[in-house]
Amino acid sequence: MNTIDVTMALVVGGLFAIGFYLMLQRSLMRIVLGFILLGHGTNLLLLVAGGTPGRPPVPDGTTDASARVADPLPQAMALTAIVITFGLTAFLMALAYRSWRLSGHDEVHDDVEDRLIGTVRERAEAGPVPGREEGGTAPGEGR
Amino acid sequence: MTAALPALPVLLPAFGAGMSLLRLPRPVMRGLSIAVLTAVVACGAALLVLADRHGPQALHVGGWPAPLGITLVADRLSSLLLTVSALVALAVLLFAIGQGTAEERRSSAVVFHPAYLVLVTGVSLAYLTGDLFNLFVAFEVMLAASYVLITLDADENRTRAGMTYTIVSLTSSLLFLSLVALVYAATGTVTLAQLGPRLAELPDGLRSALALLLLSVLGIKAAIVPLHFWLPDSYPTAPAPITAVFAALLTKVGVYALLRTQTLLFPRTGVWILLACAAVITMIVGILGALAQDDLNRLLSFTLVSHIGFMLFGIALFDVQGLTGTILYVVHHIVVQAALFLVAGLAVRRTGTAALHRMATRPKPGPLVVTLFVVPALSLSGIPPLSGFVAKLALLRAGIAQGTPAAYALAGTALLTSLLTLSTMTRVWMAAFMGRPPGRPEERPAKPPGTGRDRPSGTRLMLAAAAGMTTTGVAVAVCAGPLAGLGERAAEDLLHPREYRSAVLEGSRR
Repeated sequence: MNTIDVTMALVVGGLFAIGFYLMLQRSLMRIVLGFILLGHGTNLLLLVAGGTPGRPPVPDGTTDASARVADPLPQAMALTAIVITFGLTAFLMALAYRSWRLSGHDEVHDDVEDRLIGTVRERAEAGPVPGREEGGTAPGEGR
Repeated sequence: MTAALPALPVLLPAFGAGMSLLRLPRPVMRGLSIAVLTAVVACGAALLVLADRHGPQALHVGGWPAPLGITLVADRLSSLLLTVSALVALAVLLFAIGQGTAEERRSSAVVFHPAYLVLVTGVSLAYLTGDLFNLFVAFEVMLAASYVLITLDADENRTRAGMTYTIVSLTSSLLFLSLVALVYAATGTVTLAQLGPRLAELPDGLRSALALLLLSVLGIKAAIVPLHFWLPDSYPTAPAPITAVFAALLTKVGVYALLRTQTLLFPRTGVWILLACAAVITMIVGILGALAQDDLNRLLSFTLVSHIGFMLFGIALFDVQGLTGTILYVVHHIVVQAALFLVAGLAVRRTGTAALHRMATRPKPGPLVVTLFVVPALSLSGIPPLSGFVAKLALLRAGIAQGTPAAYALAGTALLTSLLTLSTMTRVWMAAFMGRPPGRPEERPAKPPGTGRDRPSGTRLMLAAAAGMTTTGVAVAVCAGPLAGLGERAAEDLLHPREYRSAVLEGSRR
């Protein structure tokens, strides 16, 4: 039966915790860093799922090889996952860069329409607001 | 030839995507994309016939047997959804070509066709895959293409929405990958056909934890309330054809994955109370959100969320009738929601705004567009004799037949939601399509940037694509009898997956 390496479990848990913490921030750069850490945590988890560490990838022919070879499947899955997370990290960085180019800062904005709906009561109480007709730049405009 | 058939819906679009990366002239690129998608529709239909006559078609890629290699399986459910999805993808592609989204600028022309075909590759792979890890890969392929499409030529607003969408999807994907790792650690396999019996041997607590993690991962992808928040925020910002294909396909692939994994991996008897609650909340929250919206595309996105609840309804009941209802509902909803978004795109183009209160004062679209809106809108609300009625009737009968309090609650909520959907659609109808603009010389519809050079042929193509979708919706209602029979057989397969397992594990291709 497989035994779990406590160090690895702690590392995976730590990466998940830090990753999620960073993703909850408002700055895009921190979110990207959080995603990277989370990706590392997940890939490690895949490797841990492969069973006891330290087994050879290829049997050397001298020892009883049948049960002592490392399980190749989680390694194949981890490789695929690494490629995927790598590509998506690059895309996310490009997107964050474009967002910074367009808006000039690095924060996630509120949604305009959400804010309009959220403040419906305040605006109604404040009387007929001109903002409804000309101020509210609905996101659908100019598509 | 027939043995390799399950691979074609995945290989053809991937090949097409690679080809369209070459600097081909525009007509060739369009022809290539259209030809590829037509071929995928044909393959899907052929697989459907084969699977219905001879049972699930399994293909072991590279000749490696099931637990080791990659297995593609086409049974009734997956080939049915594959056919419908490819058909919708084809119609939306025609619409995009007509609108000019596809090649508005040189830069987007190079990106749109490959990304669109990769999206179809991912969708096909998700329907056909036979193992959990490949399902993850399929989702990634599909979502990676959707990240590109949603931020194609993006301005600030769309970049913000695209960022939210990307980050939420990536988080759910990483959770999915963790789930794959945990499932592998617990059972030593990721092949769906093997997982059912092996998961059954696990301790109850571990099994429930895995089932819950899977539910929340697919819940994000399928936009189940309370995990739906990203959808109405991001979908409406994309151009109409892209929103239409996302709304039609991406969430439905999530529902399909839920259907497939819950029946194969965590079979149960009786109502699944947790999912029933989620279904009720999804229906109510979604439709109330739609009632509050002023932006046409956001309104439609909220109705999309609400109608995901109907699909959960059938899965929550977990019997043949309920699953039949869900399958019919998915088929109906893929077609109708795409049609609605396409027509909304036409209306927004005609009036120059998506805000309903402004549409009321703008010139109205022509009678053809109005007809194209009314039919899917009534169908979505479940008015007989349209496809929505057929699907809702199947679900309601399943609910009443089961007769537990939870089933009655689900059926009641479904009726209420249908009524509210009708009211929402009426509101859209009154604002966007009915009435006359006030007498004062209203400002000319400010042509949004990029729509300035409407070619008549382009508009005709867009109308034809939308009309095709609406006609398909009507055809679903006309073929309700055979379709319901097929849905019932597919639901039987889901609940008694012996054939599926033997096709995958014993490699019997027949």
